[in-house]
Amino acid sequence: MSKNDKPLTRKSGVTQASLVRKARALLAYKPADVSPQRRVQRRYTMRLWSVRHARFLEWFYARFANVFLTLHPVWNAIGYRRAEKPVKFVERHVKGFMFDCRMCGQCILSSTGMSCPMNCPKQLRNGPCGGVRANGNCEVEPDMPCVWVKAWEGAQKMRNDEAILAVQKPVDQSLRETSAWLRVTATAAAEREKARETA
Amino acid sequence: MSRPRQPDENPHGVDLPLDPLPGHSSRGRLERILRRGEFAVTAELNPPDSANAQDVYERAAVFDGWVDGINAVDASGANCHMSSMGICALLTRMGYAPIMQIACRDRNRIAIQGDVLGAAAMGVGNILCLTGDGVQAGDQPGAKPVFDLDCMSLLETVRTMRDDEKFLSGRKLSTPPAVFLGAAINPFAPPYDFRPLRLAKKIAAGAQFVQSQYCFDVPMLREYMKRVRDMGLTEECFILVGVGPLASAKTARWIRSNVPGVHIPDSVVARLEGAENQKEEGKRMCIDIINEVKEIEGVSGIHVMAYRQEEYVAEIVHESGVLKGRRPWTREPGPDDALVAERLDHILETPSEKPTDMVKDAAG
Repeated sequence: MSKNDKPLTRKSGVTQASLVRKARALLAYKPADVSPQRRVQRRYTMRLWSVRHARFLEWFYARFANVFLTLHPVWNAIGYRRAEKPVKFVERHVKGFMFDCRMCGQCILSSTGMSCPMNCPKQLRNGPCGGVRANGNCEVEPDMPCVWVKAWEGAQKMRNDEAILAVQKPVDQSLRETSAWLRVTATAAAEREKARETA
Repeated sequence: MSRPRQPDENPHGVDLPLDPLPGHSSRGRLERILRRGEFAVTAELNPPDSANAQDVYERAAVFDGWVDGINAVDASGANCHMSSMGICALLTRMGYAPIMQIACRDRNRIAIQGDVLGAAAMGVGNILCLTGDGVQAGDQPGAKPVFDLDCMSLLETVRTMRDDEKFLSGRKLSTPPAVFLGAAINPFAPPYDFRPLRLAKKIAAGAQFVQSQYCFDVPMLREYMKRVRDMGLTEECFILVGVGPLASAKTARWIRSNVPGVHIPDSVVARLEGAENQKEEGKRMCIDIINEVKEIEGVSGIHVMAYRQEEYVAEIVHESGVLKGRRPWTREPGPDDALVAERLDHILETPSEKPTDMVKDAAG
């Protein structure tokens, strides 16, 4: 080692992240949507459409859930486990398109005015935080309309507008990336069975 | 030797919790004061960026005799400071009544439930459940936001621990944490119609007192309070309104555009701008707001957030006269402290008083 070689230790306080941040202004690559949350879609058009049509979607979902429930013997015959993969695929893409679904696996869209609460950067499931901007946009992502402002608007349109007032349990992270449709169906079927037995 | 005992103090030591009263969920002073129907005053301690306990004591000492509870903030605005747990550990040692804030931003449900037990064991009587600002607001925007629980499920979790004596998982606790549960409200952010309903939701989840965001718009608060009263929520929950002095018009503008959730009307900025001494005017305005707020039916107290102007809290509280002559608990030397002080020189002169040495001396 010659005398001119500098020691390999870094100056204190210099991290990889701070180097990147310093270089950012000079780089050609500027990330467009910096957000702590992965975005499903670039635009909010479909999400907002779903909120505007919350009443129709509520009506539609009730029918749809019934169809799924009547298909319970079919799911049972195929096996819920085997059905999960294709159903999840459809669910992810349909709900992803309509609501920017995050596949939390415990859908509460019916209680949140058809505005997916998992799109909130704080993933609040019980109402808006105190940081909502005066124009109704998000504190964290200034260009995004607050998920809960929209949820409140959507809930006003729905027949069951009291559902938004229920206190929701914390998200069970172990159910991520699973099908909420199948879970709801299986639970409803089990309940129906129980009711039949007691009757 | 003995001093007159203060109201709401354990005779066996200031750092010990009080005897439980029927209907009370905590053994702290704040709950007693609120339930007695007295106008409560709480303040926010500016958390130090140091590992020196003396910094905390100095910052707490300016509130002595003026406030009923001291909020230990949990990295407010997502800026890194001494943890609320650490501040509470120091404050409880000295006999102060801290309100421990828990933000969901930094810890998951496992850590939070552990902290609740630890805090209650240290003698923390009040816990304020918050969601917390997003990490983008703070000094370390590259941090991973946790948000495992939200303020509502956090309230419910702590309530379950206290009342049902079990963890979220259902596992039993041998001694539940006796805490008075608080939450935050912001009547000044949209969706305005939903805000009173959200308070109702928080009460359903377990909130027993709430502290509001900075109030600079009294008419807006009046409207909110009217709806809250109509829903009968003031019967179930104590509402403390957040107030604070603005240092200048420039600060007001900066806060308005940079601190999420603070609503400052133009008239406030204009009033500050027109004043000769803006700092003095900011304090004056804070007192005016307190005087208006304390007359609103259903308001049980104020929460003074004088960030970096903590020394004015006493003045503000005094001049607004909200205490009506009542003197909150002050840290005073106890009888044993006096004993120690008396013997201090003697102790230093003869550091060793071993019986063997004493015998040897006597035998001479």
